[in-house]
Amino acid sequence: MIQGISIYYFLIVSTLMFFIGIAGFIIRQNLITILLSVELILNSVGINFLVFNRYLYPDQLQGHFFSLFIVGIAAAEASVAIALIINIYRRIHNIEADNVNEMKY
Amino acid sequence: MTDFSYTILIPLIPLLVFLVTGLLGMKWKPIVSGVIGTIGLGISFFLSLFAAYQYFFLTASASGYHTIIPINMLWLSFTSTLQIHMGVLLDPIAIMMLVVVTTVSFMVHIYSLGYMKGEKGFQRFYAFLSLFTFAMLGVVLATNIFQIYIFWELVGVSSFLLIGFYYDKPSAVAAAKKAFIVTRFADLGFLIGILLLSYYTGTFDFVKLNQPGTNLFVGLAGVSFLGISGITWTMSLIFMGAAGKSAMFPLHIWLPDAMEGPTPVSALIHAATMVVAGVFLVARLFPIYHFQAPDVLLFIGYVGGFTSLFAAIIAITQNDIKRVLAYSTLSQIGYMMVALGVSGYGGKAGLGFTAAMFHLFTHAMFKGLLFLGAGAIIHSVHSNMMKDMGGLRKYMPITHFTFLAACLAISGIPPFAGFFSKDEILVAAFNSNKLLFYVEYITAGITSFYIFRIYFNIFWGKETKYEHKPHEAPWNMAIPLIIMALGATFGGFIPFHDFVTSNMKPFAEGMDIMVSLPSVAIGLVGIAVAWILYKKENEMPARIAKRMGVLYTTTFNKFYVDEVYLFVTKKIIFNRIAKPIAWFDRNVVDAFMIGIGTVTMKISYKIKNLQSGELQQYAFVFVAGSVLLALLLLYSLGYH
Repeated sequence: MIQGISIYYFLIVSTLMFFIGIAGFIIRQNLITILLSVELILNSVGINFLVFNRYLYPDQLQGHFFSLFIVGIAAAEASVAIALIINIYRRIHNIEADNVNEMKY
Repeated sequence: MTDFSYTILIPLIPLLVFLVTGLLGMKWKPIVSGVIGTIGLGISFFLSLFAAYQYFFLTASASGYHTIIPINMLWLSFTSTLQIHMGVLLDPIAIMMLVVVTTVSFMVHIYSLGYMKGEKGFQRFYAFLSLFTFAMLGVVLATNIFQIYIFWELVGVSSFLLIGFYYDKPSAVAAAKKAFIVTRFADLGFLIGILLLSYYTGTFDFVKLNQPGTNLFVGLAGVSFLGISGITWTMSLIFMGAAGKSAMFPLHIWLPDAMEGPTPVSALIHAATMVVAGVFLVARLFPIYHFQAPDVLLFIGYVGGFTSLFAAIIAITQNDIKRVLAYSTLSQIGYMMVALGVSGYGGKAGLGFTAAMFHLFTHAMFKGLLFLGAGAIIHSVHSNMMKDMGGLRKYMPITHFTFLAACLAISGIPPFAGFFSKDEILVAAFNSNKLLFYVEYITAGITSFYIFRIYFNIFWGKETKYEHKPHEAPWNMAIPLIIMALGATFGGFIPFHDFVTSNMKPFAEGMDIMVSLPSVAIGLVGIAVAWILYKKENEMPARIAKRMGVLYTTTFNKFYVDEVYLFVTKKIIFNRIAKPIAWFDRNVVDAFMIGIGTVTMKISYKIKNLQSGELQQYAFVFVAGSVLLALLLLYSLGYH
C-alpha cells in the first residue's frame, strides 16, 4: 500500500501500455517494432502482477516472483525473436511483416 | 474293432503334395513334381485299398456294415448349437468312392507323366491334380453337410483351375469361367438348402440326419412356401447343387465345354470323379430323400432319365471325340440318377441304390478308360476331330484293344463291367417305373450306337494320310490304359449287393433274364447299325443326316440350349435388369457420393484464404475475438 496513490493510477498506466502494445503489434510493419510492442504487453502484465500483489496481499511475494519470471521469459523470447528476424533479413533483405507471408495454405 | 484313424492320411497326403509341389515345384526339374505327385497318390491308393479290405472283410457283422467315424474334431464353434466339425466318415459308399477316386486319380497321375511331358506348367498341373484329389476325397469322407459343402467348393475351384490350364487359349478361359459360374449358380441352391436344413433340424451331422424315421424333420415339413412343403423345397435345392456338379439338364451346359482342359483332367474330373459327386451327394442323403421327400426323389429320377436320353441323342451328331464322350458322361450320370430315383430302401427294394453305386464304379472305370484312350489318340494325331482320324488300329494296337473293351463295357455287352451295372439299373427301373425303364432302354441302344460310331471312325473307317506316322502310346500311358481296361472288363463281377446297399445290409440278387436279354439285344443292334454306317467309309451317314434335315441340325447344335442361355442372360438379364441397375448406380448413387466430394472441395477452396500467412491479420482476429469474448462474459455474467 502506497499512501495517497490509488491502485487505479497504476492500472490505468498498465492498461494503456497493454493496448499501445496491441495496437503496435497489429499496425506496425517493422518486425523489430512488433517485438518492442510485445515487450510492452509483457511489461504491462508484469506491472499488474506487482500492483495486485502490493495492494491485495501485501505480506506475500508470489506477484513479485511472477514478474521476475516474466522479465526472464521476455529476455529469452526477445533473443529468439531477434534471431528469427536476423534470419528473415538474410533471406529476403527486408523485415517488413507483410513480406513474411510464406506460411499459408 | 479295427482302428481306421489312418484313413485321415488318404486326403492329407495329396494336400501335402499340393503344398510341396505348388510352393517348391518351380525350383525343381518338372519331372520331380510329377514323380512326387504320383508317389503320394500311390500311397493314398494303397491306403484306400487297405481301408476297403479292412472295412468290407474285417468289420462286417451279421447285421451288415456300420458307419464308422474314426475322427471327428470340432473345427468352428459359434454357439453351443452351431458347431462345425471336420472329420472322416466311413460307410460303404464312402469306401467305394475312396477306391474309385484314388484309383482313377492314380492312373491319371501315371498317365500324365507321358501325356503332359514337356508341357509348359507341368508342375502346376500336378499341383492342381493333387489339390483336386484332396478336395474330392474331402467330399467323400465328409461327416457333415457343411464339410461336404466346403470341399464341394474346393472341387469346383480346382476344376476351374484345371479346365483353364491352357490359360493363353481364350476358349479354355471361357470354358473355365462357364463351368465355374454354372456350378456356382447351382451351389447357391445347395447353400440355401443346407441353411434351411440345418436351421430346422439343428444339426449338420449326416448320421443324425440319415436315421430312418427320425423326427428331426417335423419342423421343416410343417412349413410351406408357394404351396410346397419346406422339406420338398430344401431337398430340391440340395439336388440343384448336385445337378450342377453332375451336369444334369438344364445345368449341363458347362460339361461339354470343359473338354477344353487337358485330356487327363477330363478323364479324372469330368468323367470319373467330380461329375459323380452329385450322385454321391444324393446317395449320401438317400434316407432323407426316401423317407422325407419321396416326390423329390422321383423328380430326380425323371431329370436323370431326360438327361440321359437328351445327351445320348446329342452325342450321335458330334464330331469332336471328347465332346461325344462328354455327352456320353452326361447320359451315364443320368442313368445313375434314374437308379437312385426309382430305388426303395432296404433289401431288394433298394436295388436301384446299389445299381447306381455299381454303375458309378464301373462308369468310372470305362469312361476314365475311354478318355485316357482318346487322350492317347489325340496325343498321336494332334487333333480332336474325327475327320482327322481313321484306320488307327494298325498303328496303336494297345489303345485299340483297351478302347474296344471300354466301348463294349459302356454298350452293356456281357461279360464287360457295364453290362452288370446297367442291367441292375434297368431291372430296378423295370420293377418300379415303366416309363423310365423304356427311356433308359432306348438310351442303351443309342449309347452303343454313338460309342461304336466313334470307335469305327477312329480305328477303322477311311484310310487317312497322316503327316507324322501315328505312334503307340508310351509305356507310362499304356500301363494305365491296360489297368483300367482290366477294371472295365472284370469290374462287373464284383458282387456289389454284398457291399454297397441302401441300408448297409447285404441282399441276394439274381439276374432278371427278361430284362438282360433285350438290353443286350438292343446294345448289339446299336453296334450293328454303327458297323453298317461307319465300318467302311460310305455315303450313307451324310445321306441320312441330309434326310433328317432340321432334326439333324437341331441335334448338331445341341438343341440350342446354349443359345437359350445366352438369350436369357444377355437379352433379358443384362438388358432389362442389369443395365437399369447399372444406370441407377452410376447416375444416382455415384452422383450423390461425387456431389458430397465436390461440395466439400469447393467450400475448402473458398475458406482456405483465411489462412493467409499474414501474421498481423491473425493477431487482429485473435484480439478481436478475445475482446468480444470478454464483453460477452461481462454481459452474460451480469458484471455491467
